Amino acid sequence: MENRKITVEICCGTACYMLGAAELLRLETIMPEDWKTCVDISAIPCLEACSNDNLGGAPFVKIDGELMSNATVESVCEKVFNILKNRGGKA
Amino acid sequence: MSNGAERMRRELMIRLVRDFKSGSLEETIDHIPLSIRPKNTKASRCCIYHDRAVLKYRLMALLGFSSEEETDELRPLKSYLQEAIAEKDKKEPKPPLSVCGTACSSCPESRYYVTPTCRGCFARPCLFSCPKGAISVENQQSRIDYTKCIKCGKCQQVCPFNAIIKTTVPCEEACPVGAIHKNENGVAEIDFDHCIFCGKCFSKCPFSAVMERSQLIPILQAIKEGREVIAMVAPSALMQFPGTVEQLFSAIHAAGFSNVMEVALGAEQTTEHEAAEFKEKMVAGQPIMTTSCCTAYVELVKRHVPEFLDKVSTTPSPMKYAGRIARKEHPDALTVFIGPCIAKRWEAANAPEVDYVMTFEELGAILAGLGIDIMKQEPWVLDHPAAPTARNYAKSCGVTEAVLTEMSGQNPEFEKMNFKLDPKSINGIDKKTAKLLKLYAMGKMPGNFLEVMSCGGGCVGGPCSLIK
Repeated sequence: MENRKITVEICCGTACYMLGAAELLRLETIMPEDWKTCVDISAIPCLEACSNDNLGGAPFVKIDGELMSNATVESVCEKVFNILKNRGGKA
Repeated sequence: MSNGAERMRRELMIRLVRDFKSGSLEETIDHIPLSIRPKNTKASRCCIYHDRAVLKYRLMALLGFSSEEETDELRPLKSYLQEAIAEKDKKEPKPPLSVCGTACSSCPESRYYVTPTCRGCFARPCLFSCPKGAISVENQQSRIDYTKCIKCGKCQQVCPFNAIIKTTVPCEEACPVGAIHKNENGVAEIDFDHCIFCGKCFSKCPFSAVMERSQLIPILQAIKEGREVIAMVAPSALMQFPGTVEQLFSAIHAAGFSNVMEVALGAEQTTEHEAAEFKEKMVAGQPIMTTSCCTAYVELVKRHVPEFLDKVSTTPSPMKYAGRIARKEHPDALTVFIGPCIAKRWEAANAPEVDYVMTFEELGAILAGLGIDIMKQEPWVLDHPAAPTARNYAKSCGVTEAVLTEMSGQNPEFEKMNFKLDPKSINGIDKKTAKLLKLYAMGKMPGNFLEVMSCGGGCVGGPCSLIK
């Protein structure tokens, strides 16, 4: 089983923040206790993913470097859960 | 995100600011509804054309026009934009809220309704509990005779299967003063003789048909023309944005505002005058005094409990004092109040010291639209940081605490009288507390200092706050 932490980077550019990232910041407090050793959540400056054509996709989150649009607490948790599962260990 | 209506409102604001900044808004504005609901996409309402029509009215509201002002349906948004820019200095008190008839869903009248989950049980408690004999049973299902029903809700309370529901008209339900009603076509209408601009209908309409009249364009235009524009930020801004308040102030400055100041500096003066006024009124034998910083509350008294008006303090609000400080230091500058409040738009429209009002949502949209990242800003250096008690005004009971602190130990006259401030508070105006206020007016309630906040929790719970 890999020991590297999964990185969850929440875009806190003002657009993402207004369109839902503010709520994603709750992830830190609501994620399962046993994830805390293997998931690293951070608020980061604008990812510049929110051009006018993509504004509908805000808020954006990067999970292990992969960009995710319309991120919600649920969709981020699901993605993290899947990564943990694929590592073969107990999620 | 608490709901889709809020999201769409914010998205539109950001687009508007972006295109204004790039100078392309005149060309793009009429296309925004089409680019948000292009052909062959899913509609939120009956069809994309209805969605587009509502988006158009939303943009009109952002340009400062209500849908009721429309005389020519084919008039392009571009023309409204030109008018908004041309008449940006005109100050006339227009109601800050309006109902967009195209967006209003004409919700069916509020009533109790027996759903098909009714099992037509043997005990039939609904039938026995109805005081008006309005319930009968047909084909093993209870039925309500609406000519007899008085909407008491007893049948709903006693049904063992939860088979009886109450359908509601959310705007009517939310309005504390009965100022919003369906007209003969079923479309909601605001009665501005009774409206207190609290914004509860604005927050509660699930179709987002209640819109606020924005002043974004005049503000953006003034900044573009290089005018001196001062941002006066309400204390409730704390915790609303990412980064620190100092970083937020730097971000506002980076957006083109010539100066940024705390409205809490105005609150310091409100506290001082409020305490002095309270002392004076009590010495004169007045039984109770109430706060006056919440505009929706003052309007509530003016329009619905006028007999209580002489008990409302005459001390100006923190916004007005802040405006006066700004005017004194920068006589040629425009003053913009930034807060979570709709009612302040009304107060400012009638106050010479404040030129424009902007909400936290609009501020966020300006920063997002101009690509200003709050977290990347250097902290702003405050010349005179406001007192903690003044910054606390945004929370319920904050005004009371500030006045108590102001009065403690420095009023020998009071101590001689063995006088005690007996504070009470109304935390959030709704149908019930509006009635309670009438009891205060009749002198039937205890306390000699009453603080009233229209929004639950104080200004931090305002209708245009970013984080609820």
